[in-house]
Amino acid sequence: MSIYLNKDSKIIVQGITGGMGSKHTTLMIEAGSNIVGGVNARKAGTTVELAGTTQPVFGSVEEAMKETGADVSVVFVPPAFTKDACIEAIDAGIKLLVVITEGVPVQDTAEVWSYLQSDKNHNGTRMIGPNCPGIITPEESLAGITPHTIAGKGPIGLVSKSGTLTYQMMFELKDFGFSTAIGIGGDPIIGTTHIDALEAFEADPDTKAIVMIGEIGGDAEERAAAYIKDNVTKPVVGYVAGFTAPEGKTMGHAGAIVSGSAGTAQAKKEALEAVGVKVGKTPSETAELMREIMNNL
Amino acid sequence: MEYQAKELFAKHGVATTLGVVVETPEAAKAAAEEIGGVTVVKAQVKAGGRGKAGGVKLAKTADEAFEYASNILGMEIKGLTVNRVLVTPATPPQEEYYFSFLLDRANRQYLCIASVEGGVEIEEVAKTNPDAVKQIAVDPGTGVDEAKARAIATEAKFPEPVFEQAVAMIQSLYKVFVEEDATLVEVNPLARLEGDKLEALDGKVSLDENASEVRHPHHEEFEIREEADPLEAKAKDKGLNYVKLDGEVGIIGNGAGLVMSTLDVVAYAGEKHGGVKPANFLDIGGGANAQVMADGLDVILNDPQVKSVFVNVFGGITACDEVANGIKGALEILGDAATKPLVVRLDGNNVDKGRAILAELDHPLVTTVDTMDGAADKAAELANA
Repeated sequence: MSIYLNKDSKIIVQGITGGMGSKHTTLMIEAGSNIVGGVNARKAGTTVELAGTTQPVFGSVEEAMKETGADVSVVFVPPAFTKDACIEAIDAGIKLLVVITEGVPVQDTAEVWSYLQSDKNHNGTRMIGPNCPGIITPEESLAGITPHTIAGKGPIGLVSKSGTLTYQMMFELKDFGFSTAIGIGGDPIIGTTHIDALEAFEADPDTKAIVMIGEIGGDAEERAAAYIKDNVTKPVVGYVAGFTAPEGKTMGHAGAIVSGSAGTAQAKKEALEAVGVKVGKTPSETAELMREIMNNL
Repeated sequence: MEYQAKELFAKHGVATTLGVVVETPEAAKAAAEEIGGVTVVKAQVKAGGRGKAGGVKLAKTADEAFEYASNILGMEIKGLTVNRVLVTPATPPQEEYYFSFLLDRANRQYLCIASVEGGVEIEEVAKTNPDAVKQIAVDPGTGVDEAKARAIATEAKFPEPVFEQAVAMIQSLYKVFVEEDATLVEVNPLARLEGDKLEALDGKVSLDENASEVRHPHHEEFEIREEADPLEAKAKDKGLNYVKLDGEVGIIGNGAGLVMSTLDVVAYAGEKHGGVKPANFLDIGGGANAQVMADGLDVILNDPQVKSVFVNVFGGITACDEVANGIKGALEILGDAATKPLVVRLDGNNVDKGRAILAELDHPLVTTVDTMDGAADKAAELANA
């Protein structure tokens, strides 16, 4: 078991013919993902050769789903076209929409989120991202850009706002392995939240413990803490990046900004610790806390 | 800044008085003469509390405008030097209101905040009389049409004589918010002037950088370069994601989250080494080739406060041997300009090859340490030497 993605997932890539799209489709195939084709309206009917496979290019997500039975789409289209790509996939009824693209205007994401909440989302599409590394269920499937070589299958579920911290944490805990690792992205508005992932990991029988990585900005970690208190029985270990970030400066991620007293790393750490989540000061210390928990399970 | 916000207001039909932006007392006097009557001289900086800091003055004559502009220009408000003042006609409000549209990230929608009580001291009103500050959700899918604007004006209780003007202005402000891709459009005060005329007396607009990049190239002109730190300006010219901080350990890493984490780890390590702190945030992203690494090092080594540099890279997509070659190439490009010790921690994809390249390089300035915590400790130690 795993969350959201498994070996039966059939994946298409929106933007498969672009630089990022073709590079990462190759890596996804090498990771064992079942990639069944891609979408590019201008190159419909052609094929692309990637990692020794021949991938058909379709004119629309709807057509791609009809021809291949795809249920997951990974979006690599440029930021100016990401909103339209998402709406197209939701209209076609894709189950899981993983938006890797960085630099999407936040109002575009707000509109997509509104669309997802409306009755136009007829098939219950779940969006992950934008501006995220995507999701990996090790040894089964990768929908995104997380290197599949870092860690194998295991009992830990991981949810993180940051890509490289996801990789760092998978690396630190590679001797245990992961059920699923999901990077939700650091933009101000995202589709799948820490809470969504916590809920799914709690329900997943193969996940025994959860690592949650947050960073400054917003109040998602505080909300996750409140959710954990009432709904999560599995052990959770946390890490929050950005203790030294000054107020009013954006630290790389559009969402990583401390405004006034809100969104500080200290406030997030305290909120998590107040509900029994052990929070590490560094990624290594966080991994150590998880190690202790795993050794006592 | 206020005058820039007002330009955007005017562009989208929001009633406001632009005034004249000037950079010298002489020009302020000329502007006051042209406007005639009583004028207001206002400091233009990206900070609130300008009035309290003495940056806003009422000038009865053009000579007074000259005098106030002389005082205000060069003044520091919240650490920002005032290089411009705005001269506008003095239009004493009969009543002051507050109005804004903003991105509500917690609820993943837009929010409208409106109050017909107070104006400038909206935070105070929100504390003492929260019922007077209305918060109205706006669905990004449907936005603000006339009916929604009417509903907002009704809930905010705009008085009858200015009600229709408020409905029109709310729609225009929403146009500013959406068409300029703002994350905040604020009017404070929204003034009811003599003759029941509604006007945006002061305002603030925050723009989404992603959107400016994608579809508003003209937003670049709103950026006031002289306010930026010179190192930040230099980094920006080279396309680097750099933020200057106040410390001694220069930081280079890949990925925003990992770099933020690196700053924290260095700060903790610094506690044991004379309290040294991280000197900057610098995310070189996935690429990390020699040129990017050299550009990054160049910016950091030009920071006179920096005593040591910590390069912290986790090879995910990027292979560590590429990063090691990037460091090697950067040191070649910089030559004698590289003067401060470098602590490098590489892990992940192709780590053995990467470490081997650095071992072979055997550069006197470069120390490699295998773990992030250990490398941070070494970098802090060197910065305190």
